[in-house]
Amino acid sequence: MSHLSRLAKPMATVCLALSLATFLTGPAAKADEATFQAFGGKAGLQSLMEDFMTNLLADPRTRPFFEKANQTRVKAQLVDQFCQALGGPCQYKGLDMKSAHQGLPSITREHFNALVEDLQDAMDKHKVPFSAQNKLLAELAPLHRDIEH
Amino acid sequence: MKSQLLIALLGGLMACSLPAVAASDIGAGGKLTATGGVTQLEGAAGGGLTPWALIGGYDTGDQIRPNAFYTRVQSGSYHLNAYGAMVGLYDRVELSFARQSFDTEDVGGLLGLGKGYTFNQNIVGAKVRVAGDAILDQDSWLPQIAVGLQYKHNDRGAVLRAIGARHDSGTDFYISATKLFLAQSLLVDGTVRFTKANQIGILGFGGKDDDYHVEPEGSVAYLLSRNFLVGAEYRKKPDNLAIAHEDDWYDLFVAWVPTKNVSLTLAFAPLGNIVIRDHQNAAYLSLQVGF
Repeated sequence: MSHLSRLAKPMATVCLALSLATFLTGPAAKADEATFQAFGGKAGLQSLMEDFMTNLLADPRTRPFFEKANQTRVKAQLVDQFCQALGGPCQYKGLDMKSAHQGLPSITREHFNALVEDLQDAMDKHKVPFSAQNKLLAELAPLHRDIEH
Repeated sequence: MKSQLLIALLGGLMACSLPAVAASDIGAGGKLTATGGVTQLEGAAGGGLTPWALIGGYDTGDQIRPNAFYTRVQSGSYHLNAYGAMVGLYDRVELSFARQSFDTEDVGGLLGLGKGYTFNQNIVGAKVRVAGDAILDQDSWLPQIAVGLQYKHNDRGAVLRAIGARHDSGTDFYISATKLFLAQSLLVDGTVRFTKANQIGILGFGGKDDDYHVEPEGSVAYLLSRNFLVGAEYRKKPDNLAIAHEDDWYDLFVAWVPTKNVSLTLAFAPLGNIVIRDHQNAAYLSLQVGF
């Protein structure tokens, strides 16, 4: 016990110092090449999107937004969007997020979070490391402002 | 002995306090899992020792989902049981209740209070989110900011006055700023508390002076996965009773969030001097269940 108590204080201090370092590097450090490769590159993203769409259609919270869509087109656009967010050699050419979601039924925070959960499940299935998952989610999370309505 | 047993149960993990908000999965309700944090010692959503700006529970508007918690802290000479409930409303307001029982074990006998003499404290808490979204606003530096209060009433007024405390009840006020740095899988909280409490109120309120003391607190949690986070916390405390020194608190913790509705937090916390006993290294175990 005494070892633990001697260690606890310096360890707590180190943790707090590390968090300061995070402040200095910025809230959303840009995804890098290694992260893109952690997803298996563009081919990995295409494979990921198959399972992501399967999850979205199986989830009663998200199904209404995707069941009537052109799913092949949505998957291709998501691949480009995620690829670009990860710094990969792609360019998303679809509508901006606000326009793309305008015609859909009302999208709430609960729906948005459900989608994130379905994406996490798909990334888990594809063995994308948790830290790489979070780098992608950090890029996508702010889109909630244009998607929710 | 009991604390050593607990530590052994932890499998040697230097876990400690309780915190947890693992932010990255999403809940059945409308929140990412663990984005409400775990329940801190006084009933608010937060880490183990300190409240966070996050609003607890998985409510997103349509449904209200209360959380219940039970926490046991065992040090060499004392133990504390705490239980309570909390509800989040519209991701805006959090209301909580907690009851703490601090058992003095043998020390109570040595002090003439009787072996196992127990101080009980009820805590009613409220928290309001005033700005920001700690989880989703990843393109902004703005943390989630909340203000809160904790009204505490201790049932041992006569003894508290005898040891030099001025009141058997008091209200802590705090402001918390919490940010998830998702790309780094790191959650950071800073809290400032305005308090008169001695040992968080277990030993009453006010002492050498009757002023509010401004005390910083902080938590850092690293998300290992959707189900595990580890971290550290610090809570500065007043040292305002003439009869006994009071130390600041630290903890190291591991939280396990197997599902969105359950979390288990283990912590190791060197609590320093408590009344007549120094080096109160404590094991902390907390269970939270959502409904």
